[in-house]
Amino acid sequence: MKVDVVRNILEANDAVAAELNARLTAKGILTLNLMSSPGSGKTTLLERTLTDLKHEFCMAVIEGDCQTENDARRVAATGAQAIQINTDGGCHLDGAMVREACAKLKLDEVDILVIENVGNLVCPAEFSVGEDYKVTILSVTEGDDKPEKYPFIFAQSQVMILNKIDLLPYVNFSVERASSFACAVNPAIQIFPLSATTGQGMDAWYAWLRTERDKKRL
Amino acid sequence: MHELSIAESLITIIGEEMTRHGLKKLLLVKVVTGQISAIVPEALETAFEVLTLDTHLAGAKIEVEVKPMKVRCRQCGHEFSPSHEERILMPCPECSTELGHAIISGRELYIEHIEAE
Repeated sequence: MKVDVVRNILEANDAVAAELNARLTAKGILTLNLMSSPGSGKTTLLERTLTDLKHEFCMAVIEGDCQTENDARRVAATGAQAIQINTDGGCHLDGAMVREACAKLKLDEVDILVIENVGNLVCPAEFSVGEDYKVTILSVTEGDDKPEKYPFIFAQSQVMILNKIDLLPYVNFSVERASSFACAVNPAIQIFPLSATTGQGMDAWYAWLRTERDKKRL
Repeated sequence: MHELSIAESLITIIGEEMTRHGLKKLLLVKVVTGQISAIVPEALETAFEVLTLDTHLAGAKIEVEVKPMKVRCRQCGHEFSPSHEERILMPCPECSTELGHAIISGRELYIEHIEAE
């Protein structure tokens, strides 16, 4: 016999993520799911953000990585709470992994929680991890065609950070082309061109963080 | 390779539906995914076959339908499917507006039906 089902395949993960988001929201925490390809500067952006805003916000980081704890050590050096999730080769984080990691954090002190996903522009986009917003970093050394090649992750993100703009004179990257396509698949996406190394453009990103954190304040 | 995680969730849902309807043997499962969803149908099929091997779901057929991306023009509201070559600008066939259309389909990922006995 034929049985009509029509159920979202990822409903179980979505339910875990929604419950986690409700718990974090009840504590007034702004939660971000930071995604990008490997080497786009996720950890460098975090280090700079955590250092520059450390007197303003208490921030915590959950680091997803295939192997090693290098990133968590770099983040912890800024004084922020950091928890590492090693996926042992797994290509993305999911709601249950992040829920488990959250249990090890002192959440009562936290204003902003950043979940640094595994470096990958494909798989992480399908799995909610309890975030308020998905933030995708694209660095100018990767090429301006990435939003065309990986439309799903940009369609799912509320923010696109164009990192390493200090390198624009040396690479063939059109900010306009990358931005146009990101806007084509996602008219509401906010774009912040910046360099986490030189600090150029970071102010607009910080202003966004302040506004969004204010909205979550209890 | 997140198709493996997706296949696991799929198998959980199939198990629940079969129990609910008192079914013992799965013949077919039909999955719908969107054109811009990050799913490779062949990888999902392989993952499903590998995970069901030596289980009561073994041997069932999996069908994956890919729904094309469809957008609604932000200017005139016309609904259309941009061709692959037009992905960057997606000009509306009615009014030529190029950017900022709302995606109304192409991001699906759901199980449509099963056939079982």
